Amino acid sequence: MATTHETTSHEEFKKHLGKYYVVFVALLCLTAITVGVSYLHLNRPLAITVALIIACVKAGMVAAVFMHLLDERKVIYAVLILTVAFFFLVLFLPMFTIVEGSTV
Amino acid sequence: MAEASPYAADALIPHTVEPHPVTGIPNGKLGIWLFLASEVMLFGALFSTYVVIRTTAPHWPPEGGLSSEILNVPLATVNTAVLITSSITMVLSWASLKMQNLPRFRLWLGSTIALAFVFLVIKYFEYTHKFELGHYPSHDNFYAVYFTLTGLHGVHVIGGIIVNTFLLTAGSRMWATEPERFTNRIENAGLYWHFVDLVWIFLFPSLYLL
Repeated sequence: MATTHETTSHEEFKKHLGKYYVVFVALLCLTAITVGVSYLHLNRPLAITVALIIACVKAGMVAAVFMHLLDERKVIYAVLILTVAFFFLVLFLPMFTIVEGSTV
Repeated sequence: MAEASPYAADALIPHTVEPHPVTGIPNGKLGIWLFLASEVMLFGALFSTYVVIRTTAPHWPPEGGLSSEILNVPLATVNTAVLITSSITMVLSWASLKMQNLPRFRLWLGSTIALAFVFLVIKYFEYTHKFELGHYPSHDNFYAVYFTLTGLHGVHVIGGIIVNTFLLTAGSRMWATEPERFTNRIENAGLYWHFVDLVWIFLFPSLYLL
């Protein structure tokens, strides 16, 4: 959006800077939380779930705000949807080949 | 000189500033996003390999104990904060250009590069400590995964330092002639840098904490 709306005044633009600082602080807090939770030594499935949820929230904030995905054009979303689909394919397809009791 | 060639106009890369009529964005931005898509697949393939190796291992890490006991969590936590900070300085360098403030841009981009070096120095200490213990990538699957993923990520940090240093020095001359195009370059370099941060956000918990 920022590249296409050059008429935005400097003062108006400065207001947008606030959200960068909010995300920055939130990312630091979530990092502290994810480290703190790891010291609780939860059982492994729960620990993995919690850590991945926090990581996804952090990644989402970086992508949405720092990478300006919130107000990006459709073509970028199209590229990303395809990428995410293939990412999950590459992530989960090998899981089907794992036979019970096999080792790599 | 570009003006000397009758074909110069054809050789220019179109839509560096004004959006392409089909995509609605400048070509450079589409290019960097396509590149990042390929990067997702590169890291995705390695991450998938990690998941397969780990889920089929009788115990993880193979030598016993916990990942958090083998790797240095405090150092990695500091490094996470360093990368997150470098992400905001990167976005502020772009924002400074949007507000026509070149000195501020230099300050923020310089800070981003400095923080990237801090990340690498901390990583260097982590690596050398492992080497002193004789723990090389060949030690076991845990160290193979650890060194491959953090090593590839480290190479990306170095790549970011090279690009950002160019944009801070010789590359910044473009600001005088084509300020909007230069601002877009910083935005694109930023997209790459935030991606490097994003990869670390997943690597840190999955390698160090779980």
